[in-house]
Amino acid sequence: MADLITYREAVAEGIAREMRRDPSVVCLGEDIGAAGGVFKTTVGLLDEFGPGRVWDTPISEQAITGAAMGAAMTGLRPVAEIMFSDFLACCWEYLANEIPKVRYMTGGQVTVPLVVRTANGGGLGFGAQHSQAVENWVFTVPGLKIAAPSSPADLVGLTAAAIRSDDPVVVFEHKGLFASKGAPAPPDHVVELGQASVIREGSDVTLVALASTVRTAVEAAERLAAEDISVEVIDLRCLVPLDVRTVLASLERTSRLVVVEENPYQGGWGGTLVSLVADEGFHLLDAPIKRVASACVPLPFADALEERVIPTADGVADEIRALAAY
Amino acid sequence: MTVDTAVTSASGTAADTELVQLLTPEGERVPHEHYDTLIDDITADEIRDLYRDLTMSRRIDSEAIALQRQGELGLWASLLGQEAAQVGSARALRPQDHVFPTYREHGVAWCRGVDPAQLLGLFRGVDQGSWDPKENNFHLYTIVIGAQTLHATGYAMGVQRDGAIGTGDPERDAAVLAYFGDGATSQGDVNEAFIWAGVNNAPVVFFCQNNQWAISEPLERQTRVPLYRRAHGFGFPGLRVDGNDVLACLAVSREALQRARDGEGPSLIEAFTYRMGAHTTSDDASRYRLDSELESWRLKDPVERVKAYMTREKMADQAFFDGVEAEAEQLAEHLRTTCRSMPDPHPTTIFDHVYVDTPPTLRAQQEEMARYLDSFVDEKEAQ
Ligand SMILES: Cc1ncc(C[n+]2csc(CCOP(=O)(O)OP(=O)(O)O)c2C)c(N)n1
Ligand SMILES: [Mg+2]
Repeated sequence: MADLITYREAVAEGIAREMRRDPSVVCLGEDIGAAGGVFKTTVGLLDEFGPGRVWDTPISEQAITGAAMGAAMTGLRPVAEIMFSDFLACCWEYLANEIPKVRYMTGGQVTVPLVVRTANGGGLGFGAQHSQAVENWVFTVPGLKIAAPSSPADLVGLTAAAIRSDDPVVVFEHKGLFASKGAPAPPDHVVELGQASVIREGSDVTLVALASTVRTAVEAAERLAAEDISVEVIDLRCLVPLDVRTVLASLERTSRLVVVEENPYQGGWGGTLVSLVADEGFHLLDAPIKRVASACVPLPFADALEERVIPTADGVADEIRALAAY
Repeated sequence: MTVDTAVTSASGTAADTELVQLLTPEGERVPHEHYDTLIDDITADEIRDLYRDLTMSRRIDSEAIALQRQGELGLWASLLGQEAAQVGSARALRPQDHVFPTYREHGVAWCRGVDPAQLLGLFRGVDQGSWDPKENNFHLYTIVIGAQTLHATGYAMGVQRDGAIGTGDPERDAAVLAYFGDGATSQGDVNEAFIWAGVNNAPVVFFCQNNQWAISEPLERQTRVPLYRRAHGFGFPGLRVDGNDVLACLAVSREALQRARDGEGPSLIEAFTYRMGAHTTSDDASRYRLDSELESWRLKDPVERVKAYMTREKMADQAFFDGVEAEAEQLAEHLRTTCRSMPDPHPTTIFDHVYVDTPPTLRAQQEEMARYLDSFVDEKEAQ
């Protein structure tokens, strides 16, 4: 078997593959060039593609996203990095009002095929303004697609699909996964947007997860297997398009649903998912739906406290036990 | 179109850029017709105090780096090389003035009277910054780049509306001092702060420590003109000062702060200095910058030049320097022991201070967590 690669390495790999394939792909962001990114996720790009295609920018998130939009109108495919997803708030106008609406407002005449990639999520003790899982912020804006990969191969495949997409896509790279390892992506690997993946089959409970919570979910499922509770784990991989079909198909077998999210419970993406299930699959359910999400508080600095806010495998396992016994 | 080459360099050339300097790197006092008058009250005692501040700031820094290396702190942002910019500007403040710092202003915190051990609490992750901003008129560190310049501007407008400027009462008239870096000048927020402060004539001093780097991005990434010149376009004065010269930083800050207190509006000070360390303890600067640059700045060390000046002018003997060293050692010991004994915060504190009036659902979660944790205590006691 080929050597494993890290999720961190997969970021640069995914971008580099598309840059080799398509000369219109350019990258821009703070510290992405000589420094190789503050998370070392863009190492090697400047050397291979040069400053004409890898743009180190001033510290202006508004300019990064706003100019990416302008550049995309010329036919370039910009891949813009916002260093921490918390700083999507610094460029919200472009993400919420400009990029997702330009196609609509020009009657389909102007498309902006750009990608905003950003380091999302907690678990590393970075505090209230550098740790948030904010995929739900973007989820509120029609016109944006959202990918949030959980493994190196998915990261490469989803990055490829995101860059090739003519719609703007926000790719959430999870900070807590950068050091994790997985099988490398095969050549020309593309994971179509909006295709969830069943990563562990089971018959008692369906557990839906995304990005970092996939690990949490698998851990909980493994623990419960020892107790004869069979858990099916679904990695959504994307929020827009949202693959409800795969979730419903799983519920046909399990009839029980637990969702595990890192974003806060209040306004989290699981709320939309479970309401879709309630609308379209209520008849499949034999038990109440359970959502496990972060507490509705800012992320604390202290590691010991962060664990109290973000869902843990223990917490998820407890919920599943209760549900399985329902 | 032709471009005026005189204004296309970020650092500026000696010929077109004025730099206020009162102490050379060798510690020679350079007379200055105007700025000398701003510090002519400074006695030898006060020079010694400045030296002490510089030394203590540096010691806080080196001790924190050591603690980070030992795993006691999660992160540290070093001020090494920027001691004079911080001490000079901070010592120009009056108690009623208000400061909005970034994450690097440990020397300013020291001068404002914040216990440096409290800075460690933040970087250890046991709190969010535990000092009371009102106690020393020193706000918490701002980490999201540039945001504090707008906080400072709004605060200054509040001061203005309180009538606390231009009364001539030295104990009442107040100014606001906002710190930020060269990189921060690229943020829209900072430029909007300049506009607001300008049109409102707000009593705020924008103090930019141009340490030449914003993580890996050099100054040339942020600007085509020397930063202080931008002030002109916003309608207020700007100047560049030798940021490694504590006397010059003191003089220009005194003048700018007094202008603000007198109701004459904002100013921009660009303290030209250098970040001698990596961006933070998580950064490796060798990935993007050359050692030779570091070497040339080492010759301009802000602490050494004051020491040379004091020795030259016979303001201090070896006993004095030894005394300061001993005091710094004591401070370091205080930092080590306080840091290591900082307790982990209690789990239920995750719900504290999110709201003034906590919503019932959140309060219920907090109570439930407390009950759950207490149940372990009961179990232990029962055993
Ligand atoms: C809005 C925002 N964007 C990006 C960052 C990440 N970041 C932290 S420090 C820094 C560089 C700041 O440079 P400068 O303003 O020159 O201050 P210095 O660190 O040199 O003191 C960056 C980009 C941030 N904290 N906030
Ligand atoms: Mg800087």
